[in-house]
Amino acid sequence: MLKISHVSKTFNRGTINERRALTDIHFEMDKGDFVTVIGGNGAGKSTLLNMIAGVYPIDCGTIFLDGVDISRKPEYKRAALLGRVFQDPMLGTAADMQIDENLALAARRGRSRGLSWGVTKKEREEYREKLAQLGLGLEDRMTVKVGLLSGGQRQALTLLMAALREPKLLLLDEHTAALDPKTAAKVLELTEEIVEGGGLTAMMVTHNMRDAIHIGNRLIMMHEGRIIYDVRGEEKKGLTVADLLEKFEQASGGTLDNDRMLLA
Amino acid sequence: MIISILKAMQGAVGQGALWGIMALGIYITYRILDIADLTVDGSFALGGCTCGILLAEIGLDPVAATLIASLAGVAAGAVTGILHTQCRIPAILAGILTQLGLYSVNLRILGKSNQPLLKVETVFNGIVDATGLEKAWVSILVGVVVLIMLIAVLYWFFGTEMGSAIRATGSNENMARSQGMNTNFYKILGLAVSNGLVALSGALISQHQGYADVKQGIGAIVVGLASIIIGEVLFGKRRNFAVKLSAVVLGSCIYRIIVAVVLQMGLNTDDMKLFTAALVAVALSVPTFLEKRRQAASYSESGEGGKTC
Repeated sequence: MLKISHVSKTFNRGTINERRALTDIHFEMDKGDFVTVIGGNGAGKSTLLNMIAGVYPIDCGTIFLDGVDISRKPEYKRAALLGRVFQDPMLGTAADMQIDENLALAARRGRSRGLSWGVTKKEREEYREKLAQLGLGLEDRMTVKVGLLSGGQRQALTLLMAALREPKLLLLDEHTAALDPKTAAKVLELTEEIVEGGGLTAMMVTHNMRDAIHIGNRLIMMHEGRIIYDVRGEEKKGLTVADLLEKFEQASGGTLDNDRMLLA
Repeated sequence: MIISILKAMQGAVGQGALWGIMALGIYITYRILDIADLTVDGSFALGGCTCGILLAEIGLDPVAATLIASLAGVAAGAVTGILHTQCRIPAILAGILTQLGLYSVNLRILGKSNQPLLKVETVFNGIVDATGLEKAWVSILVGVVVLIMLIAVLYWFFGTEMGSAIRATGSNENMARSQGMNTNFYKILGLAVSNGLVALSGALISQHQGYADVKQGIGAIVVGLASIIIGEVLFGKRRNFAVKLSAVVLGSCIYRIIVAVVLQMGLNTDDMKLFTAALVAVALSVPTFLEKRRQAASYSESGEGGKTC
């Protein structure tokens, strides 16, 4: 499904602020894989997701998604194949537009936008059902501006929008990190429902090691722009937080430093 | 005295309607795309000069001349859009560059700095001759008819997929891109539509005032902002889009009435620009001060007296 070969990225090349963010990444994912991504500060987790999404151009290498070479496509064109949820709940939705309008924008991802109505009556009924499944009561507030919703509600909505057109790959970049623990748990639960229920392929960056172990079928650990540990299936399910810390020390020769990492 | 004030009012409403078309254009960039587009001063004069030369030198049909002038404005907006999105020049600077360049373009088009249009056929005197109505009434009539059509078209357009994409681009560019919208394209489109309306207004104004002038656009952006803000202050931030657009037009009329009143009261026309700048500065700061006062009034140290914090 996803095939990344020889991808590297250096920011501010040739200046005093030069920073190597990704070093010769090779990575493949099968259809239906749900990969969690962990790592210390500046390990390249978010950069990896941003490179796949096309936020910045890659310096070298290729990225294939579902057999399509997306290495040099602009962000808005790759969006046809991707669903994305960001760490900041403000980033994924248009605050000045209504809930149904936001969903309608997402429903047209990858299609040409013409002069027919931005939201149709038929769509609204469909959205009402989908929103009801979130269990947040948003189905009765479809004409409310998204800016009036809470962070958790906006994140749940973004998740629904990301999955609306059945993306080839869902990219979740610490999408529960800015939420309070209770809301984060709820959004995470929704994430599992949507990914597993829809049979989606997904990558989720998280700073919660326990979530990283319990969610998905595969886990990768990154350090200084490289993937240093890759585990899947039964072996992954049997991991403990202590195992992960040990693996990290073995592979990197140092202790894990992530100021937000939850070890518990 | 009263009759002269009423006459002035009548003229003010007619002018307000014609300038209101420009304010609608500015609304698209300022409120929907969230860009302060300074192309406006140039594209307003571009509309006036293009229309003026087509009427005076070529003797084109006034309606056709007005439409061609609007298309010139569309092109000017697209230039700003391309400078901003493809060359990554900050929007304000991109607008200033186009505006400056347009000054020379307008001089070239007109071939001089001023072109009288009193002896040529315009949209207005055509209707005056045909109906025998007074000119002030004709300008109100033309303005209102054009505005009703424009508001209907804009209401429809910003409800379509394309219009929604422009709104999303203005509201959250990051979201728009991640949902597959080519935000550069929608910014260029929005700027083009906006400046097309501005040039349309410029073309009608020059026909109405009886001359086209390369300087007729000076301060147009501030007048447009004044209309938007007066509309919002007086009519509140309503939800319905058609109501919002109508408020902008009413703001434009009220601005013209204010101008007519202060001129009647003896303000020197040379001081008009300073007055407009001060008016906009005051209108922009009123919401801030009201909010501060409300905040101060509702503050209580202990949260006593049934107030919940």
